[in-house]
Amino acid sequence: MVYICGLIVSRFIMSLNLIVLAKQVPDTHNVTAEAMKADGTVNRGALPAIFNPEDLNALEMALTIKERYGGSVTVMTMGPPRASDILREALYRGADHCVLITDRAFAGADTLATSYVLSLAIRKISNYHLVLCGRQAIDGDTAQIGPQVAEKIGVNQVTYVEKIENLENGEITLSRALGRVTETIRTKLPLLITVTSSANRPRCFGAKRLMKYKKARTSFEIKQEIESSSPTGRYGIEILEEEIAKKHEELKNKGLLIETWTAKDLNADPESIGLTGSPTKVKKVKSIVFAATETKRIEPTEEGINGLIHELIEERTFG
Amino acid sequence: MLVYIEIDHDEVAEVSLELICKARELADQLGVDVQAVIVGESNLDQFAEQIFSYGCDVLHVIEDERLKFYETLPYTFIVSEVIKETAPQIVLFGATPVGRDLAPRIASKLKTGLTADCTDLKIGDHENKKLKKIYKNILYQIRPAFGGNIIATIITPEHRPQMATVREGVIKLTQAQKNRKGVILPFDISLDGVDFVNTYLERTVSEKKINLKAADIIVSGGGGVGSRENFQLIHDLAETLGGLVGASRAAVDSGYIGREHQIGQTGTTVRPKLYIACGISGAIQHRAGMDQSGKIIAINTDPNAPIFQIAHYSIVGDIKEIIPLMIKAYKTKI
Repeated sequence: MVYICGLIVSRFIMSLNLIVLAKQVPDTHNVTAEAMKADGTVNRGALPAIFNPEDLNALEMALTIKERYGGSVTVMTMGPPRASDILREALYRGADHCVLITDRAFAGADTLATSYVLSLAIRKISNYHLVLCGRQAIDGDTAQIGPQVAEKIGVNQVTYVEKIENLENGEITLSRALGRVTETIRTKLPLLITVTSSANRPRCFGAKRLMKYKKARTSFEIKQEIESSSPTGRYGIEILEEEIAKKHEELKNKGLLIETWTAKDLNADPESIGLTGSPTKVKKVKSIVFAATETKRIEPTEEGINGLIHELIEERTFG
Repeated sequence: MLVYIEIDHDEVAEVSLELICKARELADQLGVDVQAVIVGESNLDQFAEQIFSYGCDVLHVIEDERLKFYETLPYTFIVSEVIKETAPQIVLFGATPVGRDLAPRIASKLKTGLTADCTDLKIGDHENKKLKKIYKNILYQIRPAFGGNIIATIITPEHRPQMATVREGVIKLTQAQKNRKGVILPFDISLDGVDFVNTYLERTVSEKKINLKAADIIVSGGGGVGSRENFQLIHDLAETLGGLVGASRAAVDSGYIGREHQIGQTGTTVRPKLYIACGISGAIQHRAGMDQSGKIIAINTDPNAPIFQIAHYSIVGDIKEIIPLMIKAYKTKI
């Protein structure tokens, strides 16, 4: 009996289902002069939208696991339709499937409401083994989504993962850095892990994959592209819909269709999503204004430096 | 009001004591008591006196040999049960790696709100004009967001408890009252149905505990330092001045130095008397963690580096030349 179980388990491992949760974020780490408003606050609209950096580390870890143990990598993101950009990026890097989770009803979600939607999406994929996400996103820096999703899908979590040591027989061995402590843990699958930036160096786009997947589209994009390419009034709605359905089918057959799931597809409880489903509310937001300090310019010469050190000693700054 | 007490290598984590101080202040405004929960293997009573001395009234203790190391599932179960039993209005955790693993899991389980990495907490009212409803004495959870470009005040008007993790070092410790008394309550809980799924194969604790928060002088290096070898200059200057070594995220990410040295929004917040920023461009995240320093000296080859906006002394130049000059000047003048 035990032997049979072993067999089943190893077969089960042969087709590892890996899910990566990713987010498109404004590039808050590189606030350039152009992104600053005259009043000294940041113009968020002027920041480019990027693949959240630590989610790239999560994707890289998933791709490495796939290369070592086999399986497939599905990348999911919840966001507005334009978040499909990072899904194409994931495809260029090696992801097998992508899902865009989008609906106006999701807007204004805090981490609890977001984790609810993501958990529904994960549950829709049967038989997953490992869910990976970045430790945190650079726009919110909350690091809450991973643990909150893990609770909702009812699996164990290991945060701050640096390395996967081994994966066999439904068990995983990994190392993580928890502040001053470094731990090597063996635990059971399924599992959710959050990955830090020091775990790896994300790979670049594959040239062949880029050529292939730049044509990948969400159903939203298909509709938009066909509608905008047909002069108004020339096609009736029926013809338009037929065109869209045809394109849909064509991309699907080529593996270029990015799945799009809405609140309805996920059977989401309206009370648990978006602003309504968010216990936390933003009461007030204050922009940081960067007021310049009065600066004393020190010449980068021996004389200048001597003068500075002398001044600091006189003022007892060195204690 | 409930505070989660974290044990950091046989000591109460400093942030937990900071939280007790803040909880005391808020509890007095609300007219409630301060309770705390501590989870671990054994002998947790030894910490009670210290925890009470900062303003805690009741300490719930949960001990079991299987709780020696922090593990998400059992700790989540235990702290959630304590919350259900004591029904606090507010629950606070340190924004440490453990706090940020545990608090979101509990908030998700209890279906309530959680604000991460707060830098301040206050009590105030909130009016929802649409619903014509006034929420009295709720928790203002104040935190930087959007990469430190904004400060947001977050509230959890309808759900209880209101939960927050609070950054280390942002709350000042009040004077401990040595004779202050509290009540130790062993919390009665069965762990029979709890999953202990993790096996700890190896566990190492890094030796050096650098306490950047307590340093009077910090010499900090950024991406502009250029290499691990050049970073030795930062160590040299810090040693000469009797200070500690800090780093920006760029330097940590480039592997010049360990993450425990990181200063900024995702690292430590510091307020030394003197902060010397070497090769640090001064991204907002970094500035958020050091702009309250008494004096700031910035050294950078780029005259337009944002760090110069907040520096008291600006030196446009190469650290490879400037730092040796500083070391020489300091040594000869002393």
